[in-house]
Order: sequence, then C-alpha cells, then structure tokens
Amino acid sequence: MAEQQRRQRPAPKERVEETEELPATSERGEKLKGELDDLLDEIDEVLEENAEDFVKSYVQKGGE
Amino acid sequence: MAVPKVCGTETEYGVVLRGVADPNPVLASSVLINSYVEQRKVGWDFEDESPGRDARGYGREGSQAPEIETHLVNTVLTNGARYYVDHAHPEYSTPECANALELVLADKAGERILARSMQAAARILEPGQSIVVYKNNSDGKGNSYGCHENYLVDRALPFSALVRHLLPWFVTRQVFTGAGKVGSENGAAPVDYQISQRADFFEEEVGLETTLKRPIVNTRDEPHADPQLYRRLHVIAGDANLCEVATFLKVGTTAIVLAMIEDNFLDSAGARKDWSLAGPVQAMRVVSHDPTCRATVELADGASMTAIELQWEFLRLAQKYADETGLEACGGETVGGDVLARWEAVLSTLERDPGLLEGQLDWVTKFALLDAYAARDGLSWDDPKLALLDLQYHDVRPQRSLYERLVRAGKVERLVEESDVLAAINDPPGSTRAYFRGTCLARWPEAVVAANWDSLILDIGGDPLKRIPMMEPLRGTKAHVGPLFATVDTPGELVARLAL
Repeated sequence: MAEQQRRQRPAPKERVEETEELPATSERGEKLKGELDDLLDEIDEVLEENAEDFVKSYVQKGGE
Repeated sequence: MAVPKVCGTETEYGVVLRGVADPNPVLASSVLINSYVEQRKVGWDFEDESPGRDARGYGREGSQAPEIETHLVNTVLTNGARYYVDHAHPEYSTPECANALELVLADKAGERILARSMQAAARILEPGQSIVVYKNNSDGKGNSYGCHENYLVDRALPFSALVRHLLPWFVTRQVFTGAGKVGSENGAAPVDYQISQRADFFEEEVGLETTLKRPIVNTRDEPHADPQLYRRLHVIAGDANLCEVATFLKVGTTAIVLAMIEDNFLDSAGARKDWSLAGPVQAMRVVSHDPTCRATVELADGASMTAIELQWEFLRLAQKYADETGLEACGGETVGGDVLARWEAVLSTLERDPGLLEGQLDWVTKFALLDAYAARDGLSWDDPKLALLDLQYHDVRPQRSLYERLVRAGKVERLVEESDVLAAINDPPGSTRAYFRGTCLARWPEAVVAANWDSLILDIGGDPLKRIPMMEPLRGTKAHVGPLFATVDTPGELVARLAL
C-alpha cells in the first residue's frame, strides 16, 4: 500500500490510460517496508491497552 | 438559476468519560463544552483574542473549577458555529459556508475545538478522570450518531424531485464519502470491513426520523432562513470524515448535484432518464459491504450498475452542467472546478484500484492501515485489536489519533493550511451571515443575549432588547457589513446604523 500511494493521481479532466509503473527496486521496496514498520511500531506505542475491554466498553447511546 | 449552495456540517462526536463508575454521557458532554466556553469567557477581553493561539497557554493555575451546569449546554462561538449538547453527544455545527473548501476549514476547526475542549476539561476533572471524543458514527454495537450536512435549496423546487435523484446519489456517493468500519451492525450480513460507518443503519427511503428507522433522504424542514424562498436540505446519509479530500468531495459534489436538480438539468440533459434504484435501502448496504467497489445494484428498470458506473453518469452531467451553466452556485470555477477534477480523478482511480486512494478517502486510508497491521501480526478481521485501531483512527486527541499519525507521517493529503484551521477556530467565514454573527459575538459578548442561525438579540442598555433578523444567509458577509463594523464602536451604534 505504501508503494502504491506513490503513484500519481490521474490528471483531471481526462480518464488517463493506465500506465504501468516500473517495478520498485528492491532497495526502494526495503525502504518503504522499513517506513511502514516504523509507523506500525509507533502506533503500538499509542494504542489503548487491553483492546478487547476497551472496545467492549465503548458504548454510545442516544444521538441525532 | 440554482440558489448558491450555502452549506454546513453538524457533527455529533462519540464521547467517553473515563475513571468514573457510572459515566453519564450528557454530563460528560456538558463538562466538555462548558470547560471550553468558560475558559474563553474569562479571557474574553478582546485584546486577548488572537487566532491560532495555542490552548496550551490558556491554563489558569490554581483557579477554582467552574461550576458545572447540568442543563443542556447550547452556545455560539465567535467563528459563527454552534457548539452544544445534542442528546448524549457534544455536537459542533459549522458556521454557514459558501463552498466546500470553506466547509473543510470550518469542519477541521471543529476537530481542534473538541481537542482543546478535552484539554480544558482535564483541568477541572478529578485526577484519574478524563473525557475522550471520537469523530466517528458508530460504537460497533448497533448505536449510531450522525454527521449531518445541510445545503440551501430553492423552496420552489418540489421535494419529490429532490428525493428521486438523491436516493441513487446518496447510495452511490458512499464510495468516496465512507469513513470505513470493521464488521457490520443492526442485523446486516457479516462482513470483515465495509466502506461506510452508517450504511447498516438506514431502514427507510424517505422520512422525518433521524434516530429510529433512519431514512436515506431526511425530510426535516427547518430552513433557518426565509421560508418563502428557501429550504435547507438536511442530509443524514453521510459519514464523519477526517480526510479533507473526502469532506471536500462529499460536500462539493452534493452541492453540484443539488444545483443540477434545481436547474432541472438531470431530467433534460438527454442522459439516462431515471436512475431510480429497485431497492435503495438494500443497495446502501450492498455498496458499503463491497470494498472492491464492483458490486452491482439493480435499477427500477431492471438494469444493473456498479456505484462507480452510476457516479460516472452523475459526473458526466455535472461536467456538461459546468460547461453550459457554470458553477456560480457551487463555489465558482476555482472551487467547483476543483471538485469536478477531483471527483473524476477519484472515480477513475477507484475503478483501477481503490487502494491507490490512501490518504484521500477515509475508508481506504483506514483499510490500508488495518490491513498492514493485521498482516504484520497475523490477525483475523474479528480480532479486537483491529476494532481498537478502527476506533482510535477517529480519536480526536492529537497524540492518540491514528489519523493524525498518518498525517504526520506525510501519508494524508491536506487541502487547507493548519494556520488557517487555527484561525478558523475563532474567525467566521467572511462569505455568509456567519460573519455578522461571529463578529458581534467577538466584539460585544456581553451585549449578545442570544444568537441563532437566523437572528441575533442584542442588549444595548436601557431600551428593550433589539432583535436583528438574519433571514438571508448571504447577507451580513464581510463585504456587506465589514465597512459598517469598522465605523462603529458599540452595539448601540451598530443598531442605530442598522436603523432598527
């Protein structure tokens, strides 16, 4: 996913023909994977503890 | 000619009071809003007002905790917004905006206001207690709360014309408005991950309800403007978005579709005559439950189309409409033109691979994050850890919000500058009557007895209270009353100049 999002959005006003991007070099792939791993590690640090209880206790009654 | 699509969003935030045995969400919402409003009242001497100032500097060390009012709080902010307790949620209604880009700014400012409110509440709560809010629409247990939109519509337009076109519109726009959700609710078929937070909750096609048997098209008729001239379409079939591109598209495209309906363009442009769906309620779920965006829905005439194919039909007409009629009613060429360009780009990318829209659409962005996390740890979709990630994506606290983590990692496209967002916490848009409301509140808070969408009541001393009607959403703009404000010093002078 991290690699995919580097692709350009198609230009406005026309439906661009799909152009195949060159396959990522292994070096670049490693770098992106490293970035993703770092991000997931960072997320682990801020996640609420005890996922199951936390999610269970999130109840919203009444609204709109 | 369509009336200008003045617009707004009304977001109910999920709220949790932690560290309390029997938490009361109404009380939590009241504390949250009062804390924010109170600390501002204290500093409300105008030299002290400065946009973009950080809430971390607001602390009043050693001060008495403000008395907590338990009646439902309802307040108006200097940016023209309404901030109040709605049932059991804190709700932020943006000021009236003239176009989708202004709306993105006002909506994002709302998130910052909620974040500051949490900080303010932390100062008066007991140690170990905290209030946390989430900008989402479901608790995952069958309870949903809304992110409503509103649009100014010509009263002369028959409501039935709106309904006919809006049903297929709301069903299919989910492919870019969805905020994503793990699992399903409310008796819907099981699914790992779906596009919309809200789709499972719609049970009727048209109706007045918003909490039971929710309708796709809501008929609430509160114009908050001259009822002879205007309707205010109240939309409940949308998700609360964090991605600015998603908010921009949700509001921008809907404004264009409404303008086309008003100008009778959809029925006369020689396109497919009728996009009525065979079963809109069921179609809502079919579209939401398919993150590949390839599922088809059946039309009343028996044809089958994907949501994206139907969206292309709307877009082709919108492009024709822009060429022939212009986009004056929808933000002009700059904003309206950008809406069209992004709309086309998003549809075309959704067709190729929805995953490429990470950082633009919430449902894709969250899906990518959860998918990567699940892959790393070998989790199945029913693992509570993924439900937690889903919830915490929407956490409004900057340090805990997974969405904000992605922003900081450079993975999310922004449409507005953060400095402008911070300014919009205090400053109203200049393009609507919100400017008049917000400016009066900022300059003469003691004199404003009450403010509403369509009126303002001033106490100018001595005389009876003065009520200033504001029935026209596009009067009271900066261009209109800015020069007036520059020449008056007191609310009494303002009233005299307005010849009330």
